[in-house]
Amino acid sequence: MIGSSIKRREDPALVTGKGKYTDDLALPGMAHAAIVRSPYAHATVGGVDVSAAAAAPGVAAVYTGADVEASDIGGVVPVGWLLPGIKTPAHPILATERVRYVGDAVAVVVAESAAAAADAAERVQVEYEPLPAVTDPRGAADEGAPQVHDEAPGNVAFDWELGDRAATDAAFEGAALTVKADLRNNRLIPHAVEPRACLADWDGTRGEHTLRMTTQNPHLHRLLMTIASLGLPEHKIRVIAPEVGGGFGSKIHHYPDEAITAFCSMQLGRPVKWTATRSETNLTDAHGRDHRSLAEMALDAEGRIVGVRVVTHAAMGAYLSTFAPAVPTYLYGTLLSGQYDIPAIWVRTVGTFTTTCPVDAYRGAGRPEATYVIERLIDLAAAEAGLDPAEMRRRNFIPADAFPYQTQVALAYDSGNYEPALDRALELADYAGLRREQQRRRVEGGKLLGIGLSSYIEACGIAPSAVVGSLGAQAGLWESAKVRVHPSGSVTAYVGTSSHGQGHQTTFAQIVADTLGIDIDQVDVIEGDTREVQFGMGTYGSRSLAVGGSALARSLDKVIAKGKKIAAHLLEAADEDMEFEDGSFFVRGAPSKARAWGEVALQAYLAHDYPEGLEPGLEETSFYDPANFTYPFGTHVAVVEIDPETGEVELVGYTAVDDCGNQINPMIVAGQIHGGIAQGVGQALWENAVYDENGQLLTATLLDYALPRAHKLVSYRLDHTVTPCPHNPLGVKGVGEAGTIASPAAVANAVVDALRPYGVRHLDMPLTPERIWRALRNGEGS
Amino acid sequence: MYPAPLEYVRAESVDEAIRLLGERDGAKLLAGGHSLIPMMKLRLAAPTAVIDIGRIAELKGVCPTDGGLTVGALTTHAEITRSRELRERCPLLPEAAARIGDPAVRNKGTLGGNIAHADPASDLPAVLVALRADVHLQGPGGRRSVPAADFFVDLLTTALGENEIIVGVELPIHPPVTGSAYLKVEHPASGYAVCGAAAVVSVEGGRCTAVRLCYNGVTAVPADAVGVTEALVGTSLGNETIDEAVERHLSIDEPLGDTHASGEYRVALARAYGKRALKRARDRALA
Repeated sequence: MIGSSIKRREDPALVTGKGKYTDDLALPGMAHAAIVRSPYAHATVGGVDVSAAAAAPGVAAVYTGADVEASDIGGVVPVGWLLPGIKTPAHPILATERVRYVGDAVAVVVAESAAAAADAAERVQVEYEPLPAVTDPRGAADEGAPQVHDEAPGNVAFDWELGDRAATDAAFEGAALTVKADLRNNRLIPHAVEPRACLADWDGTRGEHTLRMTTQNPHLHRLLMTIASLGLPEHKIRVIAPEVGGGFGSKIHHYPDEAITAFCSMQLGRPVKWTATRSETNLTDAHGRDHRSLAEMALDAEGRIVGVRVVTHAAMGAYLSTFAPAVPTYLYGTLLSGQYDIPAIWVRTVGTFTTTCPVDAYRGAGRPEATYVIERLIDLAAAEAGLDPAEMRRRNFIPADAFPYQTQVALAYDSGNYEPALDRALELADYAGLRREQQRRRVEGGKLLGIGLSSYIEACGIAPSAVVGSLGAQAGLWESAKVRVHPSGSVTAYVGTSSHGQGHQTTFAQIVADTLGIDIDQVDVIEGDTREVQFGMGTYGSRSLAVGGSALARSLDKVIAKGKKIAAHLLEAADEDMEFEDGSFFVRGAPSKARAWGEVALQAYLAHDYPEGLEPGLEETSFYDPANFTYPFGTHVAVVEIDPETGEVELVGYTAVDDCGNQINPMIVAGQIHGGIAQGVGQALWENAVYDENGQLLTATLLDYALPRAHKLVSYRLDHTVTPCPHNPLGVKGVGEAGTIASPAAVANAVVDALRPYGVRHLDMPLTPERIWRALRNGEGS
Repeated sequence: MYPAPLEYVRAESVDEAIRLLGERDGAKLLAGGHSLIPMMKLRLAAPTAVIDIGRIAELKGVCPTDGGLTVGALTTHAEITRSRELRERCPLLPEAAARIGDPAVRNKGTLGGNIAHADPASDLPAVLVALRADVHLQGPGGRRSVPAADFFVDLLTTALGENEIIVGVELPIHPPVTGSAYLKVEHPASGYAVCGAAAVVSVEGGRCTAVRLCYNGVTAVPADAVGVTEALVGTSLGNETIDEAVERHLSIDEPLGDTHASGEYRVALARAYGKRALKRARDRALA
């Protein structure tokens, strides 16, 4: 069962339209909320006149920030990751004095229908006094830039560094070769298919709030609501994640919107539902990336890297979103060693406030940005040194016998074997043949061919809790699982992760069925409900299998251990002589002395013929705190063709060899790789969230924001190597983000590779035809 | 849901549609809805009423006429793409219609709706200009006909008068040895034309007798490369002749630009794709 590509058990309901998402749900007496949002990037708020809206047909109530302040809820959304010296200006759920980005919430209208609420929302009159906008992550820190928060002079939210600066500077001084680039990592909009939504149901008589909402982490949302936005006791809030249609990180964070909806329900004493329009989604779902980096690499005469130095400005947007401070620091700077043995690294990250949508974790979260920096630098170095990019990487890989490997940027890689993945990728892509074809075209003409490599490292399943706590996390990052065996032997597993497309109903059930030797139909998996499930951390950062799956494995071990005691009693054998295999408990060396799984499960509940002193029941819970991150890796190869006359670029080949350790369901793994590559190619070629100088989002709809389309992609060539994680029970690593981490750099390297004869050293993403056309004409970006 | 409140009425005939339009201030005609409804969902358009003309049978289909072919305003892009008559006698229109949106859009979107919206990046306007088509309009005062080149007045603005409705488009018959081509650079987000080059070339005795090159997506109204046309008539349309004519005589004023492609770049695309479209049209004429 483990290692088998069984079809996803969740799909029949989803693909036949039977899945119930938050917006599909309705409760008796339910009202609908529409949120009034600032059309200005930055403005002081004068009066808010709600009288016309309140008088509109079907309107139940209109609330402003003043109403929130007058209530006894907390009314602010908190920051979940703190760094030394960080500035954390308050983020009120409804702005009262100032708005700081287009989309900042100022009022909410509740009405009998969503249409009535939307119509009335247009009648709320807000007096704005516009202020200047600031949108560039680096420009925000310039002298004279408009100030977003009085508490954060120079718009600096934090100024963080990691590594040994003196040693790095020294490495650069003695280097035979140095390369330098000013890199922009383009701002992205997550675009989960299902927009964010919340259905809040306040029970005033019991003082209980039930929130059905789009969340990747129901327990964390509940905790954040308790400590900040709502202030209700934690046991009086129930957060339920119905079907959730994708997140890519955007549904981790605690937004004002769910707190606003909860507030409306409490005020009115009736259920209230809010569902974002697609336009609201684009304006307010926490965006991703948006870095400017001055990046340098130093090498010795043999092409070995001796130092890496990076100064990054990372936009935080108007407020610090839930885990935003961690993304360009501990999820980014720590990855700057890549797959390479680099003796000296120093990174500084300045997080800046800008009058834009907040930026937070988006698929990959820091790691695609780090991979982009290191993989662009190594290509620049290869070009400068006259080495093939594959050879350049090979020379610098951490050798297979050097693990565990301590990097200069805090992480200790537990395992790795990078060269076989590179070799396999080159073979699968026919790298030698591609280079010959490239050479032929460079002589004979035709479309320009570019080949790009990306040898990436990912750190996922962020852990252990004590370490992440010391780095600023305001949460533990362990995971929990409970295995409840029913008297007839079927199983319900309760896991603290929260699937929103990852297929946990299938993967986790495979682990249970395989371990217990029972049919998968005898297993159900429950997630995403704070009342049903013990505390859990949720699904993000490619953690669910490595951390949640490990907790599940631990609980199954405990169940089997107890089962052995029961079976030993039934067989009049010693506990320590019992074995369990294929659903049967038997005495070691005497397989005929056996009790089936079902008999033991039943006896656990009958307790008629039962070991003395053993509690009845068969239900075990584990809280698993990993010893370390897991470190998936691999090499991707992108191939592009460029029209030399117009700069039009086409992805014509893509090969990915990934190592995520042992695979439970290879089809789901391949699906994750496929989607991840598509998103990463999207960032490299098309996606770009653009704010104008007034802070207006120019790419606010899908008419202007270009998502990857199926017909623009290719059939990927996929393979994998298997280097099991040495420190978790299943030997598994994460895979949800690998494709997104590797592919932007692979595509960018391919485009620059194609343009190298034109004197182009670097071009920023997205690599639009116009950007390439200009480079073809001028060697621009060089 | 998404749009502002509005009145919905259905017209059963062209006359009724014109009357209903006259009775309502701020009303809009609704055909396939693929231009109007997206605008209404964003509340960029908020008509007081929509008059649904989608079921008026007299506005549908392709009909031969004395001088050529008439395509009814409600003919969908998919119907245009599939029409045997158009593919045989006026293949440029189906070639361009096939590049509009995706199958769902082509199954609902109509010729009349497309040109009434006059989106400069749409695929049909330059094609109609290149084909020397006439747009037939009907209003309270009766029918009139406007050359496509005059129909597109400005960005999202046409020669449609008050309470007028597009009834169809008339396509003239081209000389026997005529080839055409529509080449398009798609916007990666919208799928609309960043540059759409429509070329029609007629040849007789080895010489070019007529040529037309028009662009979508580059300027507010279809850009008609008159200079290129003049330079090519009478030539044998060799590759170098075409390249030189475009290089020397293509002149585009006030090109459009957005976050994806600037005006300067669109002009460069117009050069490259103008040459390619002319060559492909020539090859097809001579094939």
